[in-house]
Amino acid sequence: MTDRRPLALTVNGRSRAVEVEVHHTLLEVLRDDLGLTGTKECCLVGECGACTVLVEGRSVDSCLMLAVEADGATVTTVEGLAIGDRLDPLQQAFLDTGAAQCGFCIPGQLVSAKALLAVTPHPTRAEVEEGLAGNLCRCAGYEQIIEGVLVAAGGEAHEAAHATPVVGDRSAVPDANLAPQ
Amino acid sequence: MRAFDYERPTHLDDAVALLDGGGPEARPLAGGTDLIIRLRDGTIRPRVVVDVKGIEELDAEIRELDGDEAGLAIGARAVMTDIAADERIVGDHQALAEAAAVVGAVQIRNRATLAGNICNASPAADTVPALLVFGARVVVAGPAGVRRIPIDDVLLRSGVTTLGRGELVTAIELPRPAGPTGSVHVRRTRRRGHDLAAVTVACLVDGAGVTRLAYGSLGPRPVLVTDDTGLLADRAAPDRAKMERLEAMFSGASPSPRSMRASPEYRLAMLHVLGLRAVGIAIDRLAGAATVRR
Repeated sequence: MTDRRPLALTVNGRSRAVEVEVHHTLLEVLRDDLGLTGTKECCLVGECGACTVLVEGRSVDSCLMLAVEADGATVTTVEGLAIGDRLDPLQQAFLDTGAAQCGFCIPGQLVSAKALLAVTPHPTRAEVEEGLAGNLCRCAGYEQIIEGVLVAAGGEAHEAAHATPVVGDRSAVPDANLAPQ
Repeated sequence: MRAFDYERPTHLDDAVALLDGGGPEARPLAGGTDLIIRLRDGTIRPRVVVDVKGIEELDAEIRELDGDEAGLAIGARAVMTDIAADERIVGDHQALAEAAAVVGAVQIRNRATLAGNICNASPAADTVPALLVFGARVVVAGPAGVRRIPIDDVLLRSGVTTLGRGELVTAIELPRPAGPTGSVHVRRTRRRGHDLAAVTVACLVDGAGVTRLAYGSLGPRPVLVTDDTGLLADRAAPDRAKMERLEAMFSGASPSPRSMRASPEYRLAMLHVLGLRAVGIAIDRLAGAATVRR
């Protein structure tokens, strides 16, 4: 028994039409049917936030939503944050603060941060912590991630980041040193 | 995930017919934050999932009650994010706003509904103790028509409610307290930000000296207890006397020895600590509310 339905939705500004199994999640359709693998599959119980996307501007765990529930909706994934070659300020700030270690959680962190700043453009540190509470980082890089969001929001950390060399520039570091232990 | 049929009815009658026809083989889907997990892990295997979000008669609004009674009706599709932010709820039902604000994390609160939190019937449901202290009513539509059930009469035990075959929550009604009140929701979790509660307590104190406390995660369902002696609401009464009163009120707590989140001893100890703390905060808030209104 497989029930397939036509699904029409707007993903990252582009209209997409696919036929999906009704028991497939939005996460599965984004990754497997639409090839948008920036959204990560991890815990599948709504605790880690690696699969976070925006649906109608609100952050959701795409592993806890059937794709058919998104019919007609506007969805933004991490691939939709940059405009062409121009990174979203959050992405640039994450680079500048060295927020990404292994990087697996970063798409979800970015999308949650995007949702937070849309509602609270100048969050306090506590508001950033609360806004990202649904996104786990197993490298425990929370300090740099929070710093990155505050930098993107143009808070005090912004000037500090520009006064120092680019912290996140790892071009000289061999990749082997970055591998999670 | 196992395959199932998916229906998205646009009228309440059709949804009721689908749920009634399917019986235990049919499951309503609102926010899905519990249901999808259970569909995936196979603990439930319905033949049909009935998505209630297309039903015209169900909405996500929070509106004033019809008729003479003061209060709010929270639509079955209203999500925790909007309940936590609603100024009327923050003003008159603060414990409920606080409870809604700690359900899961942002992503969960953007999908999870109050109706789902009730129907899922978890002993740890964050919002249910608050609904108990405010005397909420659950509006249910079913094959026999519409009925309004006090929240205390909806809950049976973990995962089980008194809702019958084909019945569906359409709204939750919150009567507005007659005078100034103070209320609070407190809980104990292993980690801050995103966890199920090991103990959850809601408290409501009114100007007549009545204190209503409800606690969750300490038995098969959340429990409401009331102190109408005025002792708990008395600012001058010593904590020791209040604790003795709380011990008597909490004597029915029966935490499961099998839960992984906390031992029964810890839960019972924390229930008393949180109970006394909640009473103190509610009293302070009542005093503040009385000052504002004077």
